[in-house]
Amino acid sequence: MGLIAYLARRLLSLVLSLAVASVVIFAVIEVAPGDPAAFMLGMNAQPETVAALRAELGLDMAPLERYGHWVLGMVQGDFGTSYTYRTPVSQMVADRLWVSLPLALYALALTMIVAIPAGIYAASHRGKPGDVAVMGLTQLGVAIPNFWFAMILVLIFAITLRWFGAGGFAGWDAGFGPAMKSLTLPAIALALPQAAILARVMRSSLIEVMGEDYMRTARAKGLTRSQTLWRHGLRNALIPVLTILGLQFAFLLAGAIIIEQVFFLPGLGRLVFQAISARDLIVVESVVMLLVFAVIMVNFLVDLAYALADPRLRRGA
Amino acid sequence: MRLSLILGAALSALVLALAALSYLWTPGDVTAMDIANRMKPPGAAGLLGTDHFGRDMLSMIMVGARVSIAVALVAVGIGMGLGVPLGLAAAARRGGWLDELIMRGNDLIFAFPSLVIAILITAVFGPGAINAIIAIGIFNIPVFARVARGAALPLWQREFILAARVAGKSRAHISVEHILPNIANLLVVQGTIQFSLAILAEAGLSYVGLGAQPPLPSWGRMLADAQTLVAVAPHLALVPGLAIILTVLGLNLLGDGLRDLLDPRLRRVRT
Repeated sequence: MGLIAYLARRLLSLVLSLAVASVVIFAVIEVAPGDPAAFMLGMNAQPETVAALRAELGLDMAPLERYGHWVLGMVQGDFGTSYTYRTPVSQMVADRLWVSLPLALYALALTMIVAIPAGIYAASHRGKPGDVAVMGLTQLGVAIPNFWFAMILVLIFAITLRWFGAGGFAGWDAGFGPAMKSLTLPAIALALPQAAILARVMRSSLIEVMGEDYMRTARAKGLTRSQTLWRHGLRNALIPVLTILGLQFAFLLAGAIIIEQVFFLPGLGRLVFQAISARDLIVVESVVMLLVFAVIMVNFLVDLAYALADPRLRRGA
Repeated sequence: MRLSLILGAALSALVLALAALSYLWTPGDVTAMDIANRMKPPGAAGLLGTDHFGRDMLSMIMVGARVSIAVALVAVGIGMGLGVPLGLAAAARRGGWLDELIMRGNDLIFAFPSLVIAILITAVFGPGAINAIIAIGIFNIPVFARVARGAALPLWQREFILAARVAGKSRAHISVEHILPNIANLLVVQGTIQFSLAILAEAGLSYVGLGAQPPLPSWGRMLADAQTLVAVAPHLALVPGLAIILTVLGLNLLGDGLRDLLDPRLRRVRT
């Protein structure tokens, strides 16, 4: 199968995934008990007022019609209008994305900076005390709930040492430095479990590659151990690491939802929780769809990068 | 490594024992407030101190363990109960429409950020232990389906399965009678890992207020309550946090140890 056929197939499954995801999300919101219009107007609202608001919000349309409306709107960048704030959801999301996205990327960078060297170190010292120590730490890292780690970071670095603020976001208007500073503790908390996982993947991938024949050939032609490691081992070992990294981006975006609660960051997570408590379901629906879209898209791009890098993966993928 | 098996089994047994014991006896009453003795550090009042209502922390941890274990157990049960039959069915008719459908469906669930969907489910249907169980359980289905299918596929090529087919047994019959016992080891190992993930997920949901509801103590909510008080009484955050970490660590070590014990061929580096 050629690259074009592979791309077509992959693109089709991407569209299919997004379609099914949107149906599922819409259906879940659809069966949600409670009428948003009645909720917004309170207990004493007249039935006529509620009916008028329902019409205004488009709630009187048939479900199928409403679904079509929602999906078509999203394709054009229109995510509907928030029930409570009466502002376009796309605007609210865009504002919050400036916190959540940098946070996820910051955490992703930290994850890589810590995990890749740690994994390489452990793999090249396999079975030695250094390896055991790194593996022990990663075992601990995956067991620590990141929101708890976040609280401990606040306790140590914000409350006791006063190096960082305990929460809140300085805003990008305050400058790059202060903004990044207020994202530092959240990013560390988010990165911890992911770094532990990635370090394990890096280690096992490198160990596997080092057992390959071409590594032995490289040694046989006179390269030193570290030369083979850096020139041949690492490049091949990074392939599974990249896949996991793609998946981790999803966890980081989603994980940010909880971490934002700990640090009172005005990101997508807080938006979702505010919308949940206000029963602003259109916001919940759109933000969830956006997150799912981001995840499916990242995985698609990772797959694509592979297909370009390694022709073998195009077959029967 | 035998050490991980022993350590993991010991930690898991300890948590289970504490949870079981809480049905019969706890050092203090988890529903009684004692404001005079609030936020006492460990040792001063009770082994692990008291919380912001003066309740004994050890008792809270014990009863909380019950919630965590129950949620995780049922969630993993859902995943196994639905995922394993799906995986077995997919393997029995490899390449068929059912296989294709099951695996595509699995891909889809995998692509969803699980936490987001869990939040969506609990947000829509209301917070509570039952909805948390469903939310966590759904994401366990594809995991078990994949493990069961992956392990069952090579077995279908083996002679003893061919013999059973020649003897006229149906595919469903063979799956239950011959395939399942041979992949049980793997399922148990995966079960331990999913169990620990479920405990973490439950704690996260409870922390944001979407898990078990008061007055039921839960580790995640104990942490949420501790958040504003952490500077005054760090043990309020340290105790439930360590409870979660030790439980998850214990289960992970147990999973690693069991894998090595049950199937030395699988002694690979866990990722």
